[in-house]
This record gives sequence, structure tokens and C-alpha cells, in this order.
Amino acid sequence: MIHSLFLINNAGDIFLEKHWKSVISRSVCDYFFEAQEKAMEPDNVPPVIRTPHHYLINIYRDKIFFVSVIQTEVPPLFVIEFLHRVAEMFQDYFGDCSEVAIKDNVVIVYELLEEMLDNGFPLATESNILKELIKPPTILRSMVNSITGSSNVGETLPTGQLSTVPWRRAGVKYTNNEAYFDVVEEIDAILDKSGTTVFAEIQGVIDACVKLSGMPDLTLSFMNPRLLDDVSFHPCVRFKRWESERVLSFIPPDGNFRLMSYHVNAQNLVAIPVYVRQNISFFESGSSGRLDITLGPKQTMGKTVECVVVTVHMPKVVLNANLTATQGNYTYDPVTKILVWDIGKLNQQKLPNLKGSLSLQSGAPKPEENPSLNIDLKIQQLAISGLKVNRLDMYGEKYKPFKGVKYVTKAGNHGHFVVTNWKLHNILASPFYV
Amino acid sequence: MLESSKESLKLEAMKRVVGLIAKGKNASELFPAVVKNVANKNLELKKLVYVYLVRYAEEQQDLALLSISTFQRALKDPNQLIRASALRVLSSIRVPIIVPIMMLAIKEAASDLSPYVRKTAAHAIQKLYSLDADQKDHLIEVIEKLLKDKSTLVAGSVVMAFEEVCPDRIDLIHRNYRKLCNLLMDVEEWGQVVIISMLTRYARTQFISPWKEDGVFENSEKAFYESDEEKRKSAEETKPYAMDPDHRLLLRSTKPLLQSRNTAVVMSVAQLYWHLAPKHEVNIITKSLVRLLRSHREVQYIVLQNIATMSIQRKGMFEPFMKSFYVRSTDATHIKTLKLEILTNLANEANISTVLREFQTYVKSQDKAFAAATIQAIGRCATNISEITDTCLNGLVLLLSNRDETVVAESVVVIRKLLQTQPSEHSDIIKHMAKLFDNITVPMARASILWLIGEYCEHVPKIAPDVLRKMAKTFHNEEDIVKLQTVSLAAKLYLTNSKQTKLLTQYILNLGKYDQNYDIRDRTRFIRQLIVPSERGGALSKYARRILLAPKPAPVLQSAFKDRDRFQLGTLSHTLNSKATGYLELSDWPPMAPDQSVRNVEVAEAMKEWSPAVGKAKSSKSDDKFYSDSGEEEDEQAADSGSDEEGGSEGSTRTPVSLSSEAESENSETSEDSSQSEKSSDSGTGVKKTTTQKNKKLQQAKKPRKLVSVCDRVCVCVCQQLSSPVFVPVHTYELLHRMTGKGLAAQYHFSRQPCIYDDRMISVQLTFSNNGDHTLENIHISEKTSAGQNIHCFSPIECLEPEKSVTVSMGVDFNDSTQAASFQLCTKAEGFNVSIQPAVGELLLPVTMSEQDFSKEQGKLQGMNESSATIAMTPESITSQPLHRKVVNMANVGVVPSGQNNVHRFAAKLVSSGALVLVCVVQKDSGAQLTVNTEKTIIGSMLLRELQTVLSAP
Repeated sequence: MIHSLFLINNAGDIFLEKHWKSVISRSVCDYFFEAQEKAMEPDNVPPVIRTPHHYLINIYRDKIFFVSVIQTEVPPLFVIEFLHRVAEMFQDYFGDCSEVAIKDNVVIVYELLEEMLDNGFPLATESNILKELIKPPTILRSMVNSITGSSNVGETLPTGQLSTVPWRRAGVKYTNNEAYFDVVEEIDAILDKSGTTVFAEIQGVIDACVKLSGMPDLTLSFMNPRLLDDVSFHPCVRFKRWESERVLSFIPPDGNFRLMSYHVNAQNLVAIPVYVRQNISFFESGSSGRLDITLGPKQTMGKTVECVVVTVHMPKVVLNANLTATQGNYTYDPVTKILVWDIGKLNQQKLPNLKGSLSLQSGAPKPEENPSLNIDLKIQQLAISGLKVNRLDMYGEKYKPFKGVKYVTKAGNHGHFVVTNWKLHNILASPFYV
Repeated sequence: MLESSKESLKLEAMKRVVGLIAKGKNASELFPAVVKNVANKNLELKKLVYVYLVRYAEEQQDLALLSISTFQRALKDPNQLIRASALRVLSSIRVPIIVPIMMLAIKEAASDLSPYVRKTAAHAIQKLYSLDADQKDHLIEVIEKLLKDKSTLVAGSVVMAFEEVCPDRIDLIHRNYRKLCNLLMDVEEWGQVVIISMLTRYARTQFISPWKEDGVFENSEKAFYESDEEKRKSAEETKPYAMDPDHRLLLRSTKPLLQSRNTAVVMSVAQLYWHLAPKHEVNIITKSLVRLLRSHREVQYIVLQNIATMSIQRKGMFEPFMKSFYVRSTDATHIKTLKLEILTNLANEANISTVLREFQTYVKSQDKAFAAATIQAIGRCATNISEITDTCLNGLVLLLSNRDETVVAESVVVIRKLLQTQPSEHSDIIKHMAKLFDNITVPMARASILWLIGEYCEHVPKIAPDVLRKMAKTFHNEEDIVKLQTVSLAAKLYLTNSKQTKLLTQYILNLGKYDQNYDIRDRTRFIRQLIVPSERGGALSKYARRILLAPKPAPVLQSAFKDRDRFQLGTLSHTLNSKATGYLELSDWPPMAPDQSVRNVEVAEAMKEWSPAVGKAKSSKSDDKFYSDSGEEEDEQAADSGSDEEGGSEGSTRTPVSLSSEAESENSETSEDSSQSEKSSDSGTGVKKTTTQKNKKLQQAKKPRKLVSVCDRVCVCVCQQLSSPVFVPVHTYELLHRMTGKGLAAQYHFSRQPCIYDDRMISVQLTFSNNGDHTLENIHISEKTSAGQNIHCFSPIECLEPEKSVTVSMGVDFNDSTQAASFQLCTKAEGFNVSIQPAVGELLLPVTMSEQDFSKEQGKLQGMNESSATIAMTPESITSQPLHRKVVNMANVGVVPSGQNNVHRFAAKLVSSGALVLVCVVQKDSGAQLTVNTEKTIIGSMLLRELQTVLSAP
């Protein structure tokens, strides 16, 4: 399956290589560089590249190219998915998946890669298992190790590897038993110039941070599970119970994980929480243009809209922008032609406005299309789809006298809290005609 | 530092060495120093040495051999992690000399108690195969053995090894097919992908196409049944096409995996449905595939490619999700292009206006390559949907005034293609384009216009010569492709309108004659010979008009994904659109269903041996003959099966029912049993021939419904986490001695499998052998004497020849007591009273549970329900493995993973009542404390007594 892996940074240096079968010369990456050059931008590099003797499947993540070398037929998604897992594992171990972090921990990276693949076939990809085999680096541990000479490597086979719940490590102990669930929803919408919704959908994920001792068996139920149209689960979720009762029943992994991701039924009309009035025009004469954007809240169910950022990709001929914002700051990058207006909180009383003139390249014809606006925003404490978690029950553990149970009685629902933020992408505001 | 005596220094040095390897620097000269540390106790150091060894052993083979003995020792280590990693490294160092050692190690590891080690062995198979392909036959043996493994951990890896080593040995899969389907949910994600793609291939060779029912529904009905000789069944069936239950099982067991978080799993299920499911069921994959589009860029790329292929064949599948394929300004170019492709495929009369409106925005995209691709897409829509051709043409003509050159050029090219389909109506467009000609600089576009004018010069008689005149002026500045078209234009005009253009043509031909490019010189010479009458070339010039102005077929604008469906979806080959190394073709559906019974676990062994005989028998023997054995016998059979639970309900198919259910009972026998029966069947070939043959026919009749229910039950069992029994040597008990039985001897043993007749029954295997000198006929059970015990009889054995034996299975509900089940065993002539005495350990079924669950359950079963004893232990049994084996041999219990070395826990449940039975052995210095907890105190104390004797025995 996966023959070798090369990690390449943006500058084109191969800073790590690992081979699971016989060694393949790093010159094979030349084909990759060739494709990279052709693609201009890192995003445009084709994920699958054919070379005379090998196939290169690559992903681009956190400014690093993960290039894997394949020799025989294999489902490409298999490799892509695995490479993303590798990146996530680095993230999990080192806090971030950057070149520096990888170079600093090259031995652990090597040990990890050795455990994750055997002969190119994935062996252990569950972070709970790997963490038992190879302890993540901490300052304390490295100090203790250097004094006592004990090692970073687990001595026995993690029990999870053999059990029916491979994702959970055994013998978890916490003094404070807690479980947090974050419901994060995203709206994806395209609006036309008049503000009518062309396309809108809601996707959500439930990220969990579970720190519970022993082998807890959790059940999470929703007030309105019918909203969920299409779901995908972490392997720990018992699918049969979801099918029959629409509850999430699972023995959670220890620590952070993504419990489920879902898609909300498109039939329910998506409430767009803001409205935009925009007018961008270019004049035929005088090589100048005018810009006027106003944003206002709409259907926010009493919550404040935060972290509002408007991004405009200007046409090439726009040289500079001379604008005034009633709220927030704007920046215009004349090289990339991107105008960013960071508004912050949206104020109900005083609507933020950005207004001013654009200077165009003299002599150039006026751009025929109006640029599109992308809007990012966030609303705390609200799931726009209206999804609500009903309750969380725990079975199978009996730390009765301890905090866990106290927590339960006090909060009534195991004290999970719901953070909701959501983004609005891609409000593409440009005229349509047929 | 590596030579240092301090471990921390060594470790530090090794870390640096690994750092060097990671950077790709050569560290091979350190080999001797590193290899010395291979036996080091420090685990981390050891691992790093392993990393080093695997990297450089190939280059320094002699020195690498020094380390082999260490691995061989480690292979015997009690710690399974060390055993496994030793095998991993041993198999990873690619030194050909040690192939025999590897082979031995793999064989040993394949029967290791730890599934983790067995998994490693499966990986090692591939490595050894790539090192030395000559070992293939031996490796296939190991694969065959591992395929029978019931651990979910092993399944994925061994199927991978199977795919690598012997993907053509489909016959190895037959007996494991159902098991794999049932285990699939619990296999780890990566294994799922491999197993699913293997099963897809398998299913295409083993099942008949479910697609027939669409379309030719009515017609196929009759033919279908005639071919299967199943006319009587058709009355009972409502649906004409009966899907093989195994086929259905596969579809059903993969469906939940569409909800996996792993995109590769979702994709592989999707392709399985695409290639295997009946047409109306394929739609369920749509939603999941669309979901994948929200994943990473690379995932999107692959998924969109697959959707593009699917959308050509089945527009309806993705049409409701069309908006998901709208292009975002942030998409990468290759993703945009793919989305465009899909939108084009999805366009139809109903939605074309929306699609076109969407396209209009794309045309104005700043990404010019994408805008050009959009124009091509519009062109394709226009040809596909004739209603909008005109609208599209007009739209494209508007685009001709676009300021961007690439857009204009692309429009011209597309217009040219469109016009070719209906030139006569659009002469004004050609005129318009001719006017634009001066402003267009892109060569391809200019060439296209020239070609258009040339081709349809009769529609634009006035403009054409003028364009040619302009071209003559600029000829030397043009690109080659434009020059070529100019020459063609000149030639065509010369033929149609020679009066005006004769001189111009001559001039252009002269220019072409001295052009730098030899293609143009060549073409010019050819044209000149063709059109200008000369002495020698006269013959050809007569036909010049016909050659040059022949009506040309319009180009077909079609998707680049048109023929991608020749590759299995989701594969690398599909992505590349060319065959990748090691790509395995998906075969076409077989016209006739191959024998289904090969998947029946036990019968399969027998089937294979006799398959030629069966084939012959089928052709020579007619149905009549089959039933004509003897009237009397048939009556007896019917009477027998009348007493059978299910026999009565089926009317005319009574005999078949009992037989087929018998055959199924054998599906689920352990592989170990099958090997045993293989032996017995060797001797009993003649006898079994008829049974098997019967089975086969009858299964076809009966199986669809029954098997589904069996499968259901298996699924349920999996959910309850009933674990598979550990392999133990078989204890055989005597049922009937050959002296008392007058030649008929019978033995029985407990197969330790969940009984398929009833959940509350225990399955018992009976082996009959005929030691007498005459054939015994019609062996059956006549009366059940014991009260309160439910017995499911085996179906009568028609005849047993001397010196032959046959194995059958039956189910007995012992009601959780050790009271013997008595019944009368009859032959045609005699009857013998016999009884089956169950051992207490056989009344159980193993259960998997975690240590926590165990202690929780144990807490509930205190007091009366607990019985305990102290035993003296021999020193040999101090280690855990002999102890486990002893307990497991004696009773059918499952081992509970334990954190402590001196505590051993086992869990099981009573077959009939389902009550839990928990066994706990705590080892102390010279003895052990044995505790049994169960609701059924009698069973508990009996089990305790038995265990006591077993454990205290040396």
C-alpha cells in the first residue's frame, strides 16, 4: 500500500522521509515539484500524480505537503484519509502540525509512523492506543526521563488494541470527571445581489471533550433529532441504537474527539442572520470607482453577531482603496487585490458601514463584473438549526461518592455546555442574468 | 556514544541516528555499532534500533544476520507486544537468506493465541511474498488458515494479504464469506475498506445480476424460472427475481458503514452499492457521497471524480443535490472543473435554465482557465439538449464581444462545433464572426473561424474572398495552425468561386511552398496537386471537390468521464483513467449463478471434492431418478420430516426443508470441525455423494428465506457480543458402540457453536460409521424418550455403506441441566436406545466483556450465587497460558482481558436461560482461589467441582 512518505515544506525542502518497504530515492519527488510548479498555487496541486513507476498521492495541510508514494492499485481515498489522520495525530501530539514541531520531535514522529503503518498498511490510528504506546512529549516527562532513564515507550500492548472498544484506553482516572460537548454549526449560503438566497445549507459537528474515569457508557439524546438529515459518526457510536431510538449511545474515547457530524435537512428554510446592502460601481471615465457596504443583523434570535469579517476579492485593475469605516478596520492588499474589513461585533443600533472610492489603473477598461463579498461571522450560544441536546446519561461507572455524580445532580445533565458558533461563507453578491 | 555503557547515552545517540535517517542522510556506516544494541532491555532503544535495522538491513545483509537470533528469542517472549514487534522487524528486514526462518516464524505466529500477533503474521505474509514469490504456495496455506480466524483484528490484514498474494483464489473466500460480512461492522476502518473492495469483486463473480429485473421484467420472468427448474416455487414467490440471500447479506451489512467518519470507507461502500445493488437501491449512497464533499480538498477531488462518472449513467441520483455542486470562488481549479463536469452531466430540460444561469456567472470568473472550461460546458449542454441550442448559441455570440481573449477564443471554438450541427440556419453568425476576425488574436480561434468560413463559404459568398484577401496579407505572421486553415480556405474557395480567388489562391500556395514549417509545405504541395489541374495529377483533381467539400460529421461533445466506468469506482485506476499496476478487473456478472452452497462452511469441503461428480450426476440423473430410489423409503422420509418443526408448513417441499436446514446447520460449524469432517468424508465419499447432491438442489429451493433468518440471528449475536469460542481439542464421546449397534457406531462431540435451529439449543455433532459388512439404510431418530427436552433431529441418512462414515449435526435444548437427552436411534432394521450426556462446561456460550463489566456483574451475584474453593496448583500451571487453556478446554467460556497477572477471569452464559456464569481464578503462592458466580447454583457448584479437578491435575 503506502510505500514511502515525504514531508515537504512550502519552500520545496524535503525535511522528513520514511520508508515502509524498500527505500525509494527522494528523486521521485521531482515529479511532484514539477506538478507543483505547474499548479502555481499549493491548493491547485493535483492530489494524484502519476510518474513512470510510482503514483504520488499528496495532501496539503498546514503549509506542509504530505507526499506518499504508491506502487500498486489502492483506493486513493484510503491514502488521503490516512495522511490526514497522520496530520491530525501530529496536531494531537505536538499541539500544532508545523515543520518546526515535526523537526523538534523527529524521533517521536518516527516512532509514531512506525506504529501507524506496518508494511504500508494502517496498524493503529486511534490516538488513545498510540498514546499508550508512545507517550506524548511534555516538559515534565522529558525531565523525568532524563533523570530516571525511563522511556517514552509503553511496554505492554494496549488493551484497547485487543478489546471491542479499541478507541478507549484502559485504566483512565481523573479526579474531576467531566464531559463537554460543543455543537458547532456552519451555514453555507450563496446570496444574489438583491439578497435572495440562492443556496443555503447547515452543517454541524459535535466535538466532545470527555474526561471520565473507567469505562463510562454515555447516552446523548436530542430534543429534536428529526432535524438531522444526514449524519456520520465516530466508530464508538452504536449505529443500531441511533437507527431505532435516535439517541447517541457510546463508550467515548478519552480526551478530545469528534462525536458526530451532521447535515440539517435542507427543507427547513435557513435563517440568514445578517443582511448586506452593497453598491460597488466603477466609472467609465476617470478610472475610479465607488464602494458602499452596510451590514445589519437579521433573525439572530436575540444573540449578538460577533467576529464579523467581510472579504472582497477586487478585480485586477483596482490599484488602491480609499475608504472610511464607521466601525472596525479595513485593509487592502494591492498585490492579492483582497479587501478585508474586520467589523467585530454587530451593533443593532448603529449599523457598520464602509464607504469610499477606489482608484483604478488608468487607461484600463472598467471591470465588467462586480466583485463578490465573503462574510464570516460567529454567534455564541445559538445553534442556528435549533438543534438542542436533551440529556446525557451515564451508565457502567459508579464513582458515586465522587464529583462525577455530584456534578450530575447539580446540573441535571452532566454539566455539558453548548457552545455554538457558526460561519457564513460565500455570500456571493453579483448580478445574474440569463 | 553507542558503545557507551550508559543507557541514556546510547538512547541519545540512537535518537540522533534516527534523526539522520529521517532527513535522508546516510547512516549506514554505524551499522555494526547499532546492531549490537538489538538485544538491549530498554524498550525505546530497542525500537529505535529496529527502525535502523529495517532501514539498512538490506544494504548490510551479513551484519544484519547477527540480529536474527535475538528476534527468534523474542518470538517466544510471553509479552505479545514483543512477540509481535519481533515478527514485524524480522519480516521487514529484506534479507533473502532468512526466508525459511521467516516462513517458520509466520506459520508459528499464525496460530498464536494473541490476535495481535496473528495480525502481524498476516502483514508478514505480504512482506515475505514480495521478498520471495516462490513461497506463494506455503503462504496461501497460512492465508487460508488465517481467513478462518474469527478475530476482527485479523480480518482486515489477512484479506489484504489475500489481495496481494493470491487475489484469484476466490475459492478461499467461499467459506468465510458470511463470517466476513457479519464481522464487517466491527473490523477497524482500514480493514473495512480492503474487505469491502474484495467482497465487491467476489460478489461480481458469484451472484447473478440484480439489474435484470429493471426493464425486461415481464419477459425475463419465465425464462428465469425455467432455467432454474423451480417452477413450483414461483407460485409462492411474489417477486420474480430472488436475490441470493448472501448477496443481500452483503448489501445489508455494509449499509451502516455509509455513516462512517472515514471517507475511504464511505467511498468503498458507495462503489459496492454502485456495482452490486439493484438499481433502485443505489440511491441511498447519494447523500453520503454529497456529505463527503464537505471534507478536505483532496477528498473532494476524488469523490467528485467518482460522482462525475456516476452522473453520466444515472442523472437522477444526484439531481436533487445539484446545488451542492455549485462552484465556490474558493475552490481549487481542478475541483471547479470537476463540479462543472457534473453540472453539465446533470443538466436536462427541466433544470437547464438554472444551470445556464449558474454558468453565466462562471464565465465571468477571474480564473480564465475555468471560464474557458465553462464555455465548453455550455457547448456540451447545447448539443445534449436541443431545445436550448439556439439560446446557447446566442449567449456564446454575445461572449464574442468579451474583452478577454481566452473567453472569446473558446467561444469561437465552441460555436464552430455547434454550427457544424446545423450550419444552414446560422449564416449571420458566421458573418458576425468574420467581422470579429480582425480583433481575435488567439490562433485556435482564428483557425476555427477560417475553417468555418471555408466550410460554409457557400452561405457567405461575399465575405469569404475578402477574408482570404486579408489572410494573404498577414500570412507570414500567422501561427502554423492558422496558416494551415488559410490554405484549406483558399483551396475550398478556389473550388467554389475560382473566378474571384484564383490569383489569391495561387499567391497563398506560393507563400506556403516556401514556409519554414514542413507541415505547411507538405499541405501546400498536396493541395496544389489536388486542385490545380496539371498534366499528371489530373485524375485526382476531378475528385477535389468531393474530397474537400464533403459533408463532415459534427463532432460529438461528450464528457471526459464517458468511459471511466470501465474501471471500478474509487480505485486509483479510475482516478488516473488508466490501468494502475496491480489493478484487478471487476468481472461481469455471471449469466448463471454459481453454486451457492460453496459458502456453506462445512459442506463446502465435501462439495469441492465431489464437484465433478456432482456435475455429471446432474446431467445424467433426472429428477425422476432422484426420487425413484424406492417408494417405501420416500414415504418414510416424508413421515419423518412431518415431525420436523418446519416440515409441515411447506407441503410438497417437506423433504427438502429438513435437508436444507441440515445443510445450513453445517454452515456455522467451526473450521476445526470442517477439517475433521473432511477426514471422515474422505472415507464416506460414496455415501455422502447423494446427500450432498440433494442438499444442493434443495438449498436452491429453500434457502432464500431461511438463510435470511439465519443471518439475522447471527447479526443479533454479534450485537450481544457473544464472542467466538476459543479453539480447543475436540472431546469425542461414544453414543453407540459398534458391538451393540450391530455394526453401526456413533460418536458425538459438542461443536461449541451457537445452534442455528434455536438459540436455546446446543449443537451436537454426530459421526456415524458403519463397521459392519452390509449397507445400513435410513438412519434416523425415531422417538425422544426424555421429557422436557427439545431435540432438533438431523435429517435421515439414506444409506451408509460399510467402512464409511458420515457426520451430521443436531440441536438439543438441555434446559441448563446435565440430565442426559435420550432417544432412539433407528436404522431401517433396528432401533437402539442411546443418550447424550452433556458435560457442564458445554452448556455455556462464551461472552466477551470488559474487566469492569465483569466485576460489576460479579458484584450482583454475591452470596447464594457464589461458590468458591481453594485448590493446590502444580508449578507448571503457574503461567497464565496453560491455565487459560485448561479452563477453556473444560468449559466453553470466554477469556476476559485482565490487568493483573495473577487474576484470571472467564465469562459465559448458559445457553438455554441466558444466565451469566462468571469464573475467577486468583493465583496465590502455592495454590489458587477459584470462584464461580451464577444464578443457577447447581450449575455453579458442578462447574466448580469440574474446574477444581481440571486445575489441580498436573
